[in-house]
Amino acid sequence: MKKFERFEGVVAPLDRANVDTDLIIPKQFLKSIKRTGFGVNLFDDLRYLDEGEPGQDCSQRPLNPDFVLNQPRYQNAEVLLTRRNFGCGSSREHAPWALEDFGFKVVIAPSFADIFYNNAFKNGLLLITLSEDEVERLFNEVEAKDGYQLDIDLEQQRIITQRGEILEFEVDEFRKHCLLNGLDDIGITLQDEEAIRAFEQKHKAARPWLFRQTA
Amino acid sequence: MSGQTLYDKLWNQHLVKQRDDGTALIYIDRHMLHEVTSPQAFEGLRLANRKPWRLDANLATTDHNVPTTLEERAQGNSGIKDPVSLIQVQTLDDNCVEYGITEFRINDPRQGIVHVVGPEQGATLPGMTVVCGDSHTATHGAFGALAHGIGTSEVEHVLATQCLLTQKMKNMQVRVEGELGLGVTAKDVVLAIIGKIGTASGTGCAIEFAGSAIESLSMEGRMTVCNMAIEAGARVGMIAVDDTTIDYIGNRPYSPTGEQWEAAVADWRNLVSDPDAKFDNVVTLQAEDIEPQVSWGTSPEMVTGISGQVPDPSAAPDETVQRSHTRALEYMGLQPNQKITDIKLDKIFIGSCTNSRIEDLREAAKVAKGKKVADSIMLAMVVPGSGLVKRQAEEEGLDKIFIEAGFEWREPGCSMCLAMNADKLGAGEHCASTSNRNFEGRQGYGGRTHLVSPAMAAAAAIAGYFVDVRSLPANDATHAQEA
Ligand code: SF4
Repeated sequence: MKKFERFEGVVAPLDRANVDTDLIIPKQFLKSIKRTGFGVNLFDDLRYLDEGEPGQDCSQRPLNPDFVLNQPRYQNAEVLLTRRNFGCGSSREHAPWALEDFGFKVVIAPSFADIFYNNAFKNGLLLITLSEDEVERLFNEVEAKDGYQLDIDLEQQRIITQRGEILEFEVDEFRKHCLLNGLDDIGITLQDEEAIRAFEQKHKAARPWLFRQTA
Repeated sequence: MSGQTLYDKLWNQHLVKQRDDGTALIYIDRHMLHEVTSPQAFEGLRLANRKPWRLDANLATTDHNVPTTLEERAQGNSGIKDPVSLIQVQTLDDNCVEYGITEFRINDPRQGIVHVVGPEQGATLPGMTVVCGDSHTATHGAFGALAHGIGTSEVEHVLATQCLLTQKMKNMQVRVEGELGLGVTAKDVVLAIIGKIGTASGTGCAIEFAGSAIESLSMEGRMTVCNMAIEAGARVGMIAVDDTTIDYIGNRPYSPTGEQWEAAVADWRNLVSDPDAKFDNVVTLQAEDIEPQVSWGTSPEMVTGISGQVPDPSAAPDETVQRSHTRALEYMGLQPNQKITDIKLDKIFIGSCTNSRIEDLREAAKVAKGKKVADSIMLAMVVPGSGLVKRQAEEEGLDKIFIEAGFEWREPGCSMCLAMNADKLGAGEHCASTSNRNFEGRQGYGGRTHLVSPAMAAAAAIAGYFVDVRSLPANDATHAQEA
């Protein structure tokens, strides 16, 4: 996992509550053996006018011109601004994979679904919870200005708007630590690498037959 | 201090680190891999630039997606018609080559269902922690091992760290006491257990199966019982080590030899729950009460004895049960109070990680010997659990018995257990199946699965409907304790 660093990124507004994981990445794309490449199918049902299938060349598909991510001003967006209960539905990790693969590093909303919240942080995606009022204000600002950017500073737990306003946010200490240091579950376990090695030595000495290779 | 359960002992022997938040790292001795749940785990390793921690702990085989007809198998991987299946199988092959993991490929004689292959090779040993990205991994617990089914992200975690991040479970014991009747098998025992305790009562528990009827089972039978722990809600099922366990393990390719064997056996003898061990929950069944079982619904707990009948939803104890029974009967196309012996079958499937070992095939062959599959049966298939099971069965002439009776004799794989390959039920078809799940659509869209033992499946194939194996002429009946 990459370390999460302070950055300034273009904000795309998705004005919709209860965006579920099926909407983020529809079922038919889950058969893939990969965990990358889901970005072209992010929000597939909203984004394209036809029905998506796995393995298609998406550059040939008819785009829905009304969908926010298809508008030129939101190209290269790295921050997704959306409404309450984002990420509800299934436990699949494909949802954060798709968001990240598209290029999002941060999602801002008044609330997030539980499992998605967990999965997102595990995969390096920062979710920021702001009040309904703050989110509403940001929606207005984003719409008012082409190329609107936010400065996201996880270290200080604050967002700096283009007008210089500072919005502070809460984040669990441990999750913050993992994101800033690029630690996923495996990375955290590997901090105990020496304990594992020591255990392994002892275990092998006590029960060598467990380490036997095929005859 | 009170004594330890078998689960407590295995846990303590593998505990690397207990964390403050209640989670713990436990060391994994054996990791079995197959093609469906591993590709993204390997990709994760690659993206993070990590290497597997200990290669020789891993053993891979393809099973879920492989075709089972001889013609298709003769072409190796290119006989796989479904493009997604093909990619998964090829990806496992490629990953195993890239990382140097031992794999039994599609036409390797040792290839087979991952839960048949591990024990058969001696790659599953008593006292091991065993994991696999498959929910039926509890099968390996039959050896006094701690075996967990895990998800894809855990597969990656185990590959990279040799540890599983988990929480200690509660201790539950299910005892079956007494002597099983003639024609009553391990499958009937586990179905009866699930029928009694339900599909959720094992949630959060490690179940130890014990009692004289369990001790009397062969290793094959014990694997059948542990295999279905997950159908009782438990991720982990296990049985204590005894002579039967140790006899089975001797002289397998991965088993220890010489001095190590002696030391191992001495160690394995301790893999039993202490007499004063405390369980959070104990359930007891009497073996004499168990008759051959048949599931009538869409959940493994919807099961009854062969002399029983389909329940009447209107007599259900509460509204939730009533609704689920009504829905199940509708899906299964059955009438309230219909006798089990009045259920007609369209297809027969003998196979899966629950019942595809040599003993299972012997039991089914005894019933099929000299008989013919009923004309009304569209397809009756026998799918051995591994290439080695298949070979052994052929040496014993079981293949001929099946073929002469009108069964198809297939190549090893999961096959119609989950219908990921071409072996499927059509909508509305009733199947007597020796597998472990009867969920809606499990064996094909609209398919109707009845879970039974191999002997019961064979008897149903001959009759065209369910019959009580105990009512067949004596020489056909099978007995779990029979040598
Ligand atoms: S036989 Fe069925 S239950 Fe067993 S591993 Fe294969 S698909 Fe899973």
